[in-house]
Amino acid sequence: MPEYYRQYTVTPAPSRIVILFGQEAPNGHRELGSAVALGAREPSGLSTRGLTKSFGGPPVVKDMEFELLPGEVHAIVGENGAGKSTFLKLLAGVHPPDAGQVAVDGVPVDIGNPTIARSLGISLIFQEPTLFPDLSVAENIFMGNHPVGRPLPFVGWQRMRAQAAELLESIGARVDPSQPVGELSVAEQQLVEIATALSHRARFVLMDEPTASLTPREVERLFAIIRDLTVRGTAVVFVNHRLEEVFAIADRITIMRDGVKVGTWGVRDITRDEVVRRMVGRELGEAPARPIASPGEVALEIEGLTSPGVFRDVSLSVRRGEIVALAGLVGAGRTEVARAVFGIDPFERGTIRLFGRPVRFRSPREALRHGLAYLPEDRQHQGLILPMSVAHNISLTVLDQLSRAGWLHRRRERELAQEQVQRLRVKANSVSQPAQSLSGGNQQKVLVGKFLVTQPKVLILDEPTRGVDVGAKAEIHRLIGELAEQGIAVLMISSDLPEVLALADRVVVMRDGRVAGELSRSEMSEEAIMHLAVGSDGRAAV
Amino acid sequence: MRRDEAGAAGQPLHLTVPRTEGRARAINRGLARFRDLGLVVAIAAVAITTAVRSPQFATAANLQRIMLDISLLLLVATGQTMVVLTRNIDLSVGSVLGLSGIVVGFMLKSHPDMAVPAILGLGAGLGLLAGAINGALVSWGRVPAVIATLGTLTVYRGLVFIFSGGQQVNPQDVPRQLLQVARPGQLGLPPMVLMALLVATAGWVVLRYTRTGRAMYAIGSNPDAARMRGLQAGRIVFLTYLISGALSGFAGVLYAARFATVNPASAGTGFELQVIAATVIGGTSILGGRGGIPGTFLGALLLGTIANALAVSGVSGFWQRAIEGAVILAAVAVDAVIRRQAARGVAGRA
Repeated sequence: MPEYYRQYTVTPAPSRIVILFGQEAPNGHRELGSAVALGAREPSGLSTRGLTKSFGGPPVVKDMEFELLPGEVHAIVGENGAGKSTFLKLLAGVHPPDAGQVAVDGVPVDIGNPTIARSLGISLIFQEPTLFPDLSVAENIFMGNHPVGRPLPFVGWQRMRAQAAELLESIGARVDPSQPVGELSVAEQQLVEIATALSHRARFVLMDEPTASLTPREVERLFAIIRDLTVRGTAVVFVNHRLEEVFAIADRITIMRDGVKVGTWGVRDITRDEVVRRMVGRELGEAPARPIASPGEVALEIEGLTSPGVFRDVSLSVRRGEIVALAGLVGAGRTEVARAVFGIDPFERGTIRLFGRPVRFRSPREALRHGLAYLPEDRQHQGLILPMSVAHNISLTVLDQLSRAGWLHRRRERELAQEQVQRLRVKANSVSQPAQSLSGGNQQKVLVGKFLVTQPKVLILDEPTRGVDVGAKAEIHRLIGELAEQGIAVLMISSDLPEVLALADRVVVMRDGRVAGELSRSEMSEEAIMHLAVGSDGRAAV
Repeated sequence: MRRDEAGAAGQPLHLTVPRTEGRARAINRGLARFRDLGLVVAIAAVAITTAVRSPQFATAANLQRIMLDISLLLLVATGQTMVVLTRNIDLSVGSVLGLSGIVVGFMLKSHPDMAVPAILGLGAGLGLLAGAINGALVSWGRVPAVIATLGTLTVYRGLVFIFSGGQQVNPQDVPRQLLQVARPGQLGLPPMVLMALLVATAGWVVLRYTRTGRAMYAIGSNPDAARMRGLQAGRIVFLTYLISGALSGFAGVLYAARFATVNPASAGTGFELQVIAATVIGGTSILGGRGGIPGTFLGALLLGTIANALAVSGVSGFWQRAIEGAVILAAVAVDAVIRRQAARGVAGRA
C-alpha cells in the first residue's frame, strides 16, 4: 500500500450520523438545522478554505470557502466559466490546488489524485460519464476495485455481477449488469456512475451538471436517487444551470462568479431573481457599447430550424451591418444551430435564407462559396492548423483563387496573408511563422483573416474571445465592429455577457434548444439575458 | 429525443430504452456473434474444400505442420493481443524473434549441450529485455507505439546482423534435444504445440480473471477514465510490452527448433504482420478495449489453415500474401461496421 494511502485514509463517517438522519427523516425530508447544529459541535463533512487554482492565467477558482454537511444537497450555481467545474475537480483530485486546504471531518487532507479522493469518500460524477464503453456495467462499477478471491487473485465474475445488480437495485436502476456500457443511454450511464460511487462507499458525491442531457422523467428519477442518498447520510454537491431544478432539490445554494464565491444561502432564504442577480452582478462599464448601427437589408434569415434532440423551431435574422448576439448557457444548442446553418451538420426541418434566397448547404465549402463564413469555437481543433504557417492557414480557404491548374501562386499567397495580418494587426514576426507560436488572441485574428479572404457577407462567430487576454479581446471587439460597419452581417455566439452588451445590436437567447426570447438594445441587460437563459421567469423549460 | 419526446405520459417511472437504440443494439450483438461464428465457418470451409481437392491436406503429417506453424503465431499473438487491447501495438515482434533465434543459435554452436529449459529461458530473457525497451519508450518516453516499435523493429533487426555477422545458424548447429521440441512427444503432440496452448490459456486467464488483465481492457477502452479510476496505465502498458517481448523471444528459440535454420535476413521478417493479422481477425479491436485470446486463437488458426491450404494446393507464395491481406481487410471492415453501429446507438440519443 503506498505511503500516502495510509497517511490520509480517514475512518468512515460515524455511523451515528447516518442513523440519526435515518430516524429524523423517514420520508426523505431533511432538517438542515439539526445538521448544522451537529456540525457545529463536532466537525463532520467536507470543507475547503482558501482553495485557489489557476491554469497559467488569472485564477479560475480563488479563495474558495465551502462547506458540505452530511445528508445535504448543496447546489453550486454560476455563469459559464465561473469556476464550478474546476472547483469540483479540485475536490476530486483531478487537479491539484495551487493554494488552500481541504478538510474531511475537520482533518486536513491532501487530495493529490483521484485515488486518494476516493479513499476519502469523495466521488465526482462528470456531466458526460467517463466510463469504459466496451466493458460491462458490472466491470465499470468495479474497475480498479474488482472483487477477487483467495488465495489466487482471480476476478469473481459471478460475485461481481451479483454485487453490481445489488447496487443498481438499491438505487432502483433497471440496468443489466452484463451489458456493455457503450450501449446504454446517458441517463443509464449516470446511474452506473452513481452505483460506482456507492461501491466506493462515497460519502460525498459531486455531480457536475448531471441533468444536462436527461429527459424530465430521467431528471425526476435522478432526484429520487439523490434524496435517497441523502437519507443515508451521503452529501451531494449539485452543479447546475437550471434554477428550477436547483430549487427543487437543493438544501443550500452557493453562488460562484468569476472563480470567487459570492455567498451561500439556504434555499428558502433566497429567491430565483436574487440568485440570477448575484450570478451576473459584476461591476459594469467594462467596454462602452457600440453606437447603434443603421442596419440594411436582411442578410441571413433562419426560420423554424429543427434538428430533433438538438434544437427546435429556431428562428432569427441578421441584417447587413448588424451584430446579433446568440446568448445562452453551454449546451443550449447555439453552436449546433451555427453548424447546421454552415452545412456541417444536417437538420430536419426549417428554412435558411441568404439575402432572401432559400439555401441549404451540404458542406462548408458550399456555404463559403455563397458568402457565409463560420469561425468555430475550438480554434485548435476546428479552426486553425496549428503547425502550419500563418500564410498557409489564411490561404487555405481560397486556394482555388490563388492557383492555376493546381499550382499555387506562392507570391500572391504571401501578399494576401500579409494584407490580412496588417489589417487585423496580428502580432507576428512573419507570415511564415507557425500559427501555434502565436498567442491565443493572435491565433483568433488569423482565424478571422482566414475567413475574411473569402469575402463573406455573413459571418458567424462562435465565442470569438474565449481564452484570449484582455488586450486582444478589445482588439477583436473593435475588429468585429469594423466588419459590421463594412456591411457584413455578424451573428456572434457568446457566453460573455459584457461582450454581448458591448457589441450586439440585438440578442437572441437560447435555452434547451429553443429560442427563449429576443432583446433589443434598449431591453438588454445581463440580468435580462440570464433570466431568459436559465428560465427563471417561471416558464417551463420547454 | 431529449426532454420532449421521451416524456410520453402514463409510463411507469423507470428508464425506457428508445426503440432505435434497441435496434442498433440487436444489430450490434448480431454482428458480434456472427463474427466468431464466421471465423469457425471460414476455417471449416477452407479445411473441407482443400481436403476434398488435395488428398495430402488431411494427412497426419500435414495437420501437424499446421499446428507447428500456428504455435509460433499463437505464442507471439498472445502477447500482441494484450498490447493491442491497451490501444498500443508492437511492431518489433518479428525482429525480437529473429534476434532471440540468432543469439540462441550462436550460443548453441559453442555450448551444444545446454538444457532445453535454459535455452528457452535465455531466449525469453532476451525478448524481455527488448520488450522492456519498447515499453519504456511508449510508457515513459511517450513515443507513439507505432513509431517506437517501428524504430526498434529496425534496430533489433540491425542487431541480428551485427551479432551474426551475416552468418546463419545451420541445422548441424542445432542440437538434438532442441529439435525434439518440435517433434511429436508422448502425447502425440510436439511439446512446442503444448507450450503454445499453455501460454495462450495462461494469457486468457490473465486477461479474463486478473485485475491487471481487466485493467488492460479498461486502459484501451477509455484511457482518461482509467486514469480517473487510479489505474496505473504506464505500468500496465509496460507490462504488456514485457510479455509481448518475452513471448517473441521464446518463440525465437522454438523457431530454431522448428526449422533448424536461423537466417538473419529472413527469420521473423514480416512476421509482425501475420501476428497483428491474427489478433485483428480474431476480433481484438485495433482501437483497444475489446477482443481477447479465444478470438486470437481462431484468427491464428484461420491464417495457418489458409496458408497451408494454399501451399498444399500449389498456389504461389505471392498469392498467399494477397489472400492473407484480403482476409485482414474483411476482418477490419466487419470491426468498423460493428463500431459504427455501436456509435450510432449512442449518438442517436445525445
